[in-house]
Amino acid sequence: MGGIDEKPRGDTAVTDRVNPRVGNLAARVRRSVSDASDVLWRRWEQAARWQRWLVYLMLIGLAIVAPSPVIGSFMSPFTDWPSLLFNPIGVYVLLALGLNVVVGYAGLLDLGYVAFFAIGAYTLAYFSTTYGWLFWPTLVVGVTLAAVSGVILGAPTLRLRGDYLAIVTLGFGEIVRITAVNTDEIGGARGITNIPHPPNLFGVQFLLDPLPYYYIILSLIILVIIFSIRLERSRVGRAWAAIREDEDAAELMGVPTFRFKLLAFATGALVGGMAGVVFAGKVIFIEPNNFPFILSATILAAVVLGGSGNIPGVILGAFLIAWLPERFRGLAEYRILFFGAVLVAVMALRPEGLLPSRRRRAELREGSGGMGRLGGEVGCASASSEVISAEARQ
Amino acid sequence: MVWNDVVAQFGPSTIGGLAFGSIYALIALGYTMVYGVLRLINFAHSEIFMIGTFAALFVLNLVDLSAPLSGLALVGMLLLLIVVAMAVSGGAAVLLEQVAYRPLRRHGASRLAALISAIGASIFLQELFALIVIPDVFHRPQQGGRLPVPGPRLVNRDVLFSIGNANVRTDQLIVIVAALIMMVLLNQLVNRSRIGRGIRATAQDPEAAVLMGVSIDGIVRLTFLLGGAMAGVAGVLYLMEFEVTNYFVGFALGIKAFTSAVLGGIGNLRGALLGGILLGLIENWGAIFFGSQWKDVIAFIVLVVVLLFRPTGILGESLQKARA
Repeated sequence: MGGIDEKPRGDTAVTDRVNPRVGNLAARVRRSVSDASDVLWRRWEQAARWQRWLVYLMLIGLAIVAPSPVIGSFMSPFTDWPSLLFNPIGVYVLLALGLNVVVGYAGLLDLGYVAFFAIGAYTLAYFSTTYGWLFWPTLVVGVTLAAVSGVILGAPTLRLRGDYLAIVTLGFGEIVRITAVNTDEIGGARGITNIPHPPNLFGVQFLLDPLPYYYIILSLIILVIIFSIRLERSRVGRAWAAIREDEDAAELMGVPTFRFKLLAFATGALVGGMAGVVFAGKVIFIEPNNFPFILSATILAAVVLGGSGNIPGVILGAFLIAWLPERFRGLAEYRILFFGAVLVAVMALRPEGLLPSRRRRAELREGSGGMGRLGGEVGCASASSEVISAEARQ
Repeated sequence: MVWNDVVAQFGPSTIGGLAFGSIYALIALGYTMVYGVLRLINFAHSEIFMIGTFAALFVLNLVDLSAPLSGLALVGMLLLLIVVAMAVSGGAAVLLEQVAYRPLRRHGASRLAALISAIGASIFLQELFALIVIPDVFHRPQQGGRLPVPGPRLVNRDVLFSIGNANVRTDQLIVIVAALIMMVLLNQLVNRSRIGRGIRATAQDPEAAVLMGVSIDGIVRLTFLLGGAMAGVAGVLYLMEFEVTNYFVGFALGIKAFTSAVLGGIGNLRGALLGGILLGLIENWGAIFFGSQWKDVIAFIVLVVVLLFRPTGILGESLQKARA
């Protein structure tokens, strides 16, 4: 990054004032969206501790009463709301939180995340149908297997740079899926049927009713949120931030980058596997086609759309991506088409995501943060020339 | 006995691999050029290829072929198809850049955002074809346009000549030769012409290129145009060879083509050729031993192994250094 691309960093309002670009509709929409969310975000950061806790408790309370038909009637008039809350909403949120550790914290691009989801799901499906294992111990085994496979994938590939890592992880996702299709012991292309439901827990039966599953996944989500926040604020989280911002500098400062990247991979994989086990426990039947590449892309889109590295953002992104296509089932088959168009539009209007963390956003503006800036120096050169012309006009 | 099988299959697999690999290489050129200039994985490039197959199919439907062609008529037909597909795919690629990448480039968005935008564009184009283009333009509304759309037979599958036990068919030879010609032409364009110099300059040092008066937007547009045109050629060749296409055809080929680009050294035109041919050959040879259902797995394992020992691909990554 050369000299001429230095833009005023720091507060966003400053750059906006220098570079008004009035008249362009897209720019105006972008600015008003980002201003609104900035105001909200700033107020949140200034709020007192007890106020934040109140909001947390209210959110958890909302999540607990969410399956009620009152909420469901306008959230999802076309589909059964509680089962929607479990899959896709709950599953997507859990997956997005896991991928957020890899993409948002460590800045590694993983395009094959669905592989870990598949490994978790197949673990439960295989061991419970073949050996009659119960759900809860298998959850532990599935999570462990997913984490181990994360290490196995990461160990040879994490020395690669960002884009190569992307293609290798994409390849891994496809390898897992194709292997599942080609291996007859785990059902081949027909998949595995008759996966048993979890046994009763505290007198609650796990049958076809989606509610108990929703509460399982909700508690796992809360667990993962606490876990991620604690991790982010620990030595590990700081190491990840350092790697994300400048890997070479981190290495020189004595951060064992490879080991921490591997840890990020394993942590992400662990959460993916967890989601997979719970998913398989609910759906009775899984097949390789449940784990296509497009699911990896969708989860990644959820993370980036919401604001990678920021937990409320990631949850919002995953919720929107899971919920919107279902809510607009009225549009029938056109909803995927719109989904694609919305992704393009949101990235054009707000590339840092809907609710980015302040730090992540500063990084993205600067061009660091895992992947760097599109067009490298070129984009910045034209941006700074726009700034100059805007100044000249004033 | 098993060994005899391997020997018997080796020749045909090699020819098939070369034909497959040529198509991979043509698509890989688009990935590699865009990567060289923008450092961006143009994820929607596979859809540009898909559009190329449909453009060719559209022309073939208009002409309403009654029997396979041969001789001059075949050459003329191929040229027509290639020109149309290049124009359509190149235009689509330029449009894609305009809509999905330029706004992000303008305000220096992160490359992660660009990748998401590309995935969005890719989903959009696939659905556009499945929901609107295939049912309405190609009159196949069954299952929401998600069924494969067959094309007519363009070339008779005669054996032209044999090398050892490997029979070379007309269609395979056309694929290989046409792909090679296009790649030589592109290589000449990038290495000898004025605009090619602009592309290489931008890939080498965008900032200096701007200062030297290179129009970056123009170069980026041109890069997408050229890459898209190559994908269009690949679309024609694919349709000729397989005589069927669908809205999802780009996905698998796109991944393979990107793999080839990385294998040969992304950002490097000759790397794309080498990577494509190698990938085609390795896949087909591997299929002799393990069965064709493991083709894709073999391809990815080879990619991982190559990247481990040579992280920048076989020829290294540089568009600017790929000179004669």
